[in-house]
Amino acid sequence: MKNRKGRERPSAVVRSGVTPYLYLLPALLVYGAFLLYPVARTAQFSLYDWPGFGPSTFVGFDNYLALLDDGRFLAAIGNALYLILFYSILPLVVGLVLAAILRRGQVRGMGVYRVLIFLPQVIALVVVAVAWRQIYTPRGTLNQMLGLIGVESDIGWLGEPNLALTAVGIIGFWLETGLVMLLLLAGMNRIPNDLYEASRLDGAGPIREFFAITLPAVKGEISTALVLTIIAALKTFDLIYMTTSGGPGSATTVPAYEVYNRAFQLKQIGSASALAIVLTVLVFIINVFVSRIGEERRVAGR
Amino acid sequence: MRRRILSVTALAAAATLTLAACAPGDNTPTTPPTDEPTAGGTTDGEAPAPEGEVVTDIASLGDIELTVWDQEVRGSQNDALVALNEAFEDQYPNVTINRVSQSNDDLQSQIALALSGNDVPDVAQVNNARADMGQYVAAGQLTDLEPYAEAYGWTDRFGESVLANSRYSADGATFGDGNLYGVPQTGEIVGIFYNQTKLDELGIELPETWDDYFAALETAREADEQPMVLGNIDQWPAFHVFGPLQANYVPVDEIDDLGRGNDGASWLTDGNREALEQFGTWGTEGYFGSSPNGTDYDLASVDFAEGTGVFLPAGNWLGGDLESLMGEDVGFMAPPPGIDGTLASTGATGIPFSIPANAANVDAAAAYIDFVTSDEAMALIAENGGMPVNDTAELAPESGVQRDIFEAFDAVSTGGTLLPYLDWATPTFPDTAGQGFQEVLGGQLSVDEVLQAFEDDYQAFVGE
Repeated sequence: MKNRKGRERPSAVVRSGVTPYLYLLPALLVYGAFLLYPVARTAQFSLYDWPGFGPSTFVGFDNYLALLDDGRFLAAIGNALYLILFYSILPLVVGLVLAAILRRGQVRGMGVYRVLIFLPQVIALVVVAVAWRQIYTPRGTLNQMLGLIGVESDIGWLGEPNLALTAVGIIGFWLETGLVMLLLLAGMNRIPNDLYEASRLDGAGPIREFFAITLPAVKGEISTALVLTIIAALKTFDLIYMTTSGGPGSATTVPAYEVYNRAFQLKQIGSASALAIVLTVLVFIINVFVSRIGEERRVAGR
Repeated sequence: MRRRILSVTALAAAATLTLAACAPGDNTPTTPPTDEPTAGGTTDGEAPAPEGEVVTDIASLGDIELTVWDQEVRGSQNDALVALNEAFEDQYPNVTINRVSQSNDDLQSQIALALSGNDVPDVAQVNNARADMGQYVAAGQLTDLEPYAEAYGWTDRFGESVLANSRYSADGATFGDGNLYGVPQTGEIVGIFYNQTKLDELGIELPETWDDYFAALETAREADEQPMVLGNIDQWPAFHVFGPLQANYVPVDEIDDLGRGNDGASWLTDGNREALEQFGTWGTEGYFGSSPNGTDYDLASVDFAEGTGVFLPAGNWLGGDLESLMGEDVGFMAPPPGIDGTLASTGATGIPFSIPANAANVDAAAAYIDFVTSDEAMALIAENGGMPVNDTAELAPESGVQRDIFEAFDAVSTGGTLLPYLDWATPTFPDTAGQGFQEVLGGQLSVDEVLQAFEDDYQAFVGE
């Protein structure tokens, strides 16, 4: 403002209200072409009965109505919710403990532990799945290790309807714990050391310290970790595809696997699209909910 | 407020894009409306009319680039096809083959996408199943090969039970009868591998009837041997155990209708119930070990090679690996004769070679298919360790499990009946039955519940 007179007047383009959007345009175009357009097309496909080629029939919301009493779809949603326990809740609890221990820095070779715990995140999921599949076979590593501690077992862990989903969940737990821990550790490292020193002077032990200082300080990270891992749980596909194909029977099917199965195996593009839309909405709602809680807590914490 | 403006803009953009797009399937390039294929018809600008215009003199056609999509990626099959392609190019120097080779799963998903467009391969290996070939025939996307079958004498070259696996009525409604839409190169048969050493130890003679087989299983069980091996974590291996077993309880023509998704049969029969009960009993009482549903298919065959189990019901494709691991210890038998006394087993042909309706070089494509399925080709396939669909007995190796396999295929394909793979039945049957077999094996659902699911799937399809 100060130098306005010394400069040329801004052109009409610069002054116009459209200008900010011109800057956004390139990114918006990419975003639109690779995200909004596919989503819009999926939403459109969900209103048709279409095998993926040839003519299609408009059926309105029939695909959605059919999902309402589709036992397999409901079971898939239930399974995904159960997986949240393994993908989010347990990694959060274990991750908090691990991060708190590592933060105190009294563990020797801390860098090594940090890498080891984070390693599962780095390995390609297909490799992870193939490895765990071998671990879980009747003659696999798990049963061999159980044999060493005197428990004779010849269970095929992925083949038992009551165990298979939990077995898959444990893989998810193994995967996500490292990520959660790293996020929390980053948050904890930001806490000024004088806070801890002050609390120690006041006579607080490690546990009191954890609940009074560490936990409130990483609420934001907890919320982020929850959002990330809940999304991972709800849209998990590769693990199921590579380990059980939704079996035995349909005991471990999840929404994302159902989308794939219907679209590419059963060639029911309409139903698959409807399911994908429902899944997207579900993921969205749950995460709005979780991040709201995180924000509120942060405000209340201050 | 600003955020709202942005989201409104985004919504408007999305809405515009949606409006610009038309109904799914409409905007895919298909043949121009003027020569839109009528039910099963194959008239296309460049394709010859079904009758009278078949050209077999390929040398006269000028320079051609022939695009071939195949799935012969495994060692022996790949070697054979490479040699055949070279020989074809030598014979017709005006033809250049553009070969695109990939795994069968990938190939089948790509074909589904490609066939509806105009940029199609000249030759493609299309799975015989209802879910694949059946749907493409119904959509008029494959060339009817009848004129070429006549010109090249394919009906004399192949047995009818072999060609039936690539025959559909022009509207795709009937499978196993009608026009020819593909020609196979190799044979497949599901049977029973056995561990000869174990049979000798247990004093079991090679079973000649199903009762012998059941008795042999009991003998093995009493001697604390695992009677059979099955790795069913991927759901499809169970088809290859139940298929042959079903023939002991259900007449061949009924299985044929059920397996091809043709009208007139039912899953709710006493025969099917007994067959599935027997299968379930094997699962729940540990005839396949502690957990067939939790066992990996490939690991299971390695386990068998290393001495687990007496019998391994599976397809001939495991023969090569088992022979290299077990040598003379492994043998192969066709399943014992079924309820109506005939030799019958699940099996068929390798994935047949088809010509898309919009292919640019239909005549050259047909000549190529003729070439790779000729008698010389059969000999070359056998030389490279594959199992040719024709002349199987003559081309059989001197000894070993491969000889057993060739003989079993020859016996069933010429003197008996090759039963369709049950997952061919309907587009959804691989899923329905894959789950159902797991549920029966694991005792999750009763035989009647699973049979009802099979029947519902089958009836929903034939009732359409």
